[in-house]
Amino acid sequence: MAQSTRPNRLFRNLNAKIAALPMIATALVVFIGFTVWTIVHSFTKSKLLPKLDFVGFAQYERLWGTRRWLVSIENLAFYGISSLVFSLTIGFLLACLLDQKIRFENTFRTIILYPFALSFIVTGLVWQWILNPEFGVQNIVRSLGFSEFVFDPLYNADVVIFGILIAGLWQGTGFIMVIMLAGLRGIDQEIWKASRIDGIPSWKTYIFVVIPMMRPVFITALVLIAAGIVKVYDLVVAQTNGGPGNASEVPAKYVYDMMFKNQNLGQGFAASTVMLLSVLVILIPWAYLEFGGRKGDK
Amino acid sequence: MTNSSSNTTVEMTGPRGAKPKRALSPRNIMIYGVLLVVACYYLLPLYVMIATSLKGMPEIRLGNIFAPPVDITFEPWVKAWSQACTGLNCEGLSRGFWNSVRILIPSVAISILIASVNGYALANWKFKGAEVFFTILIFGAFIPYQIMIYPMVIFLRELGLFGKLGGLVLVHTVFGMPILTLLFRNYFTSLPEELFKAARVDGAGFWGIYFRIMLPMSIPIFVVAMILQVTGIWNDFLFGVIYTKPDAYPMTVQLNNIVNSVQGVKEYNVNMAATLLTGVVPLVIYFASGKLFVRGIAAGAVKG
Amino acid sequence: MNSLKKLLVATTAICSVTAGAFATDLEVTHWWTSGGEAAAVAEFAKAFNATGNNWVDGAIAGGGGVARPVIISRILGGDPMGATQLNHGRQAEELVEAGLMLDLTDIATEGGWRDIVNPTGLLDSCTVDGKIYCVPVNIHSWQWIWLSHKAFADAGVDVPSNWDEFTASADALVAAGKTPLAMGQQSWQSSGAFGVINVAIGGLDLWTKINVNKDAEAAAGPEMAKVFEAYGAARVLSEGSNVQDWNQATNMVITGEAGGQIMGDWAQGEFQVAGQTAGVDYTCLPGLGVNEIISTGGDAFYFPKNDDPEVTAAQKELAKLMISKPVQVAFNLKKGSLPVRGDIDMSTANDCMQKGLEILAAGNIMPDGNQVLSADTSGQIEDLMVEFWNDTSMTPAEAQAAYAAIIAEAD
Repeated sequence: MAQSTRPNRLFRNLNAKIAALPMIATALVVFIGFTVWTIVHSFTKSKLLPKLDFVGFAQYERLWGTRRWLVSIENLAFYGISSLVFSLTIGFLLACLLDQKIRFENTFRTIILYPFALSFIVTGLVWQWILNPEFGVQNIVRSLGFSEFVFDPLYNADVVIFGILIAGLWQGTGFIMVIMLAGLRGIDQEIWKASRIDGIPSWKTYIFVVIPMMRPVFITALVLIAAGIVKVYDLVVAQTNGGPGNASEVPAKYVYDMMFKNQNLGQGFAASTVMLLSVLVILIPWAYLEFGGRKGDK
Repeated sequence: MTNSSSNTTVEMTGPRGAKPKRALSPRNIMIYGVLLVVACYYLLPLYVMIATSLKGMPEIRLGNIFAPPVDITFEPWVKAWSQACTGLNCEGLSRGFWNSVRILIPSVAISILIASVNGYALANWKFKGAEVFFTILIFGAFIPYQIMIYPMVIFLRELGLFGKLGGLVLVHTVFGMPILTLLFRNYFTSLPEELFKAARVDGAGFWGIYFRIMLPMSIPIFVVAMILQVTGIWNDFLFGVIYTKPDAYPMTVQLNNIVNSVQGVKEYNVNMAATLLTGVVPLVIYFASGKLFVRGIAAGAVKG
Repeated sequence: MNSLKKLLVATTAICSVTAGAFATDLEVTHWWTSGGEAAAVAEFAKAFNATGNNWVDGAIAGGGGVARPVIISRILGGDPMGATQLNHGRQAEELVEAGLMLDLTDIATEGGWRDIVNPTGLLDSCTVDGKIYCVPVNIHSWQWIWLSHKAFADAGVDVPSNWDEFTASADALVAAGKTPLAMGQQSWQSSGAFGVINVAIGGLDLWTKINVNKDAEAAAGPEMAKVFEAYGAARVLSEGSNVQDWNQATNMVITGEAGGQIMGDWAQGEFQVAGQTAGVDYTCLPGLGVNEIISTGGDAFYFPKNDDPEVTAAQKELAKLMISKPVQVAFNLKKGSLPVRGDIDMSTANDCMQKGLEILAAGNIMPDGNQVLSADTSGQIEDLMVEFWNDTSMTPAEAQAAYAAIIAEAD
């Protein structure tokens, strides 16, 4: 690059800058511009059309006084934490199993991962069908003679979120497993040899040696799951549409309904701003660890 | 990674290492047992979808959903594909399928083209500020779409693209950009720098190097990106429902519509056939691409 | 050049003679996807296509709650459809104010809509600043309960003639393995049923005070507490009704699985499609049999503004057509709704519709919730009601407090 002439700083490397224009535009206009626009309008009382009638924090006050929003947040927290815990644990355990130099590894991996190729809409509809009390699991157990058996998670407000969790885990754990498996394969084989020579049982090696070594992989998986959780929308729409009652509402759906159904844009913007904040709460510590750590290494 | 897979083939030919392994050791029975149970759990929904879609409604009402179909009928499939109604439109899912294809092809092509050039510029032609934009872009991947939905409506309206194919292509290009750019940037960075330098010495420019050296060398990553985008865009629901109109609805949206248009009784068999039909494209891609799919998501995720 | 022009003029003249107008594609969005609804909307399409234009159907499934967002975001996105269904009332208010809707005043004056539309309140809901922006196509009253003769026969009790008798017979229905009250899961259904119970138990005055005058005190008052008690009692009756869509719930009544359903008169279309006869297979009670009243909500069509004069012409054509006598009769018979004009012969209508027409003629009418409440307020009430209906741990008193708070904030 040294031999290139440099008449002007701006025109230096011009082709690369032109090539990067879509990225620059996306970053500035969409990711920053749109976000700022929405945040600004969340302080207005925009109804069907965005207007700059500022009302301070009124939209946020109403938001936190709305039962449906509180239920949504509660659901998201529960769904989020459960799906983090379960997908990390199950994903890791499955990855360990597949890492035992077994036969048919590819077959098993293919089977466990295939739901990830399916959309949330498809996932939601299938599980809605399986969990249908009239025809699904409940019906089958009853026909075995347990006539009082009840298993209708999608129609019971107290447990409906488990019904969604089952579907979500079915769709997503394969992905986490694959990431974990890649992480396990990245671990130096010498460590296994060393621990075998020392006579350390393999479960101990996993817990005390391998897992700490895989910390970055776990963090990546965690961030990916977390970012996905906040966006949960299609799954709920297809599986329960928020019901029964408001029992399986999620923030993303609240935003959509407020903006387009209730014709209360300001309220929808306020809700989406809160969603953004919750993502930042997860993202900033991660970015700090990730990038802060890297600088430390150099 | 290559180590372990070659190990298994070696083991086939003969025992190796300290302990000769018995096929039916308790440990193996446990491992395979667990894996079989897990595999059944994962396969169950697929099986239920297929079984239900091949049954007639009377059989569904009487039997249980796990029972294999007795009287196999393909009528639900025909109905789902070409007859199911939403309002006066009784063209079934076929309309959504072709809409999805029409959305898919330009979206995948354009988003990959732009992201690969972006990634290339970031990897090999660093300019001042590039990293800043890139960081914003990566952060953008985590911003909930909900916050950008509405401004995007206005943006598309101002461009005159709302409800048009071009609008949706733009949306997919924009929201697919972070992960794709990351994928390409990482890949191009991993290529030996000497190649790039040698080409520079030979006097090749930005585009010359891209088309003559980088592009031919990175076919695998292009395939990975394609797999990622095809499944992602095919499965999209949110953008499809907001930025298109009913006669341009992609398949996922139309599926949800058909399943929710009940005329009289719910036809579960048709619904399941429709659901399967919608899942077929990504599934075929997934099964056909095998390791590349895994590599794609693993690369995109772990390196990120 | 000149001769070419003449030729063009001549051909267009021929076209307009043969077809009546240019054949223009007009996309019409609506959320009529159930069997009876689809049959009714087909009447519009048939009539419109007969004028030489082309009805492009844009049905959106999932009810108004799903469809309205799609419709509105498209209008806002600058890609409007040719015409769209909306419930007349306040849903389109802001779209009209923003100048996004076609002014229909000229054809309304020409057609004398003021004189033919009955009740005139329907036209008022279409009017903003003295100009008319929508065509009312039907009157739909929420104020009905539909009762299954089969269910009551199976339970060995008489078909009730009012709400009290209905609740009294609930035990017999349960004993016979029936669900007394069918109710779908969608929020507008439980909210609508609340409105009906509100009028039946609390009376019209109370309803007006709260919904029209937004009197939060009345909403929190003792009379309203009775309404909430009754509503709470009703939710117990619907246990075991696990359906999502309203027409699935109606289907429970048709098959005799459920005793009854509180639902607007669009349910009638479903009975008709199932080949049932009013008075023989099912009974309909206006105002829950307590006070006979018709709410004059309904569907209306709006025509988003378009730059293309041909489209505008087609839009006006469709508007005229929708309110014309033959189309009104054909459409409303299929839909099970009442026509918007009083000067047509509906003698072929069934018992239930006749009942409705009588009440309408007697002037026992009230506005619909959508006409007096903003989309935001309606949405909040829907959220509350569906939550209450499904969450039995929520007491009527709690629900009432939340309700009063919503009314206090309503505009």
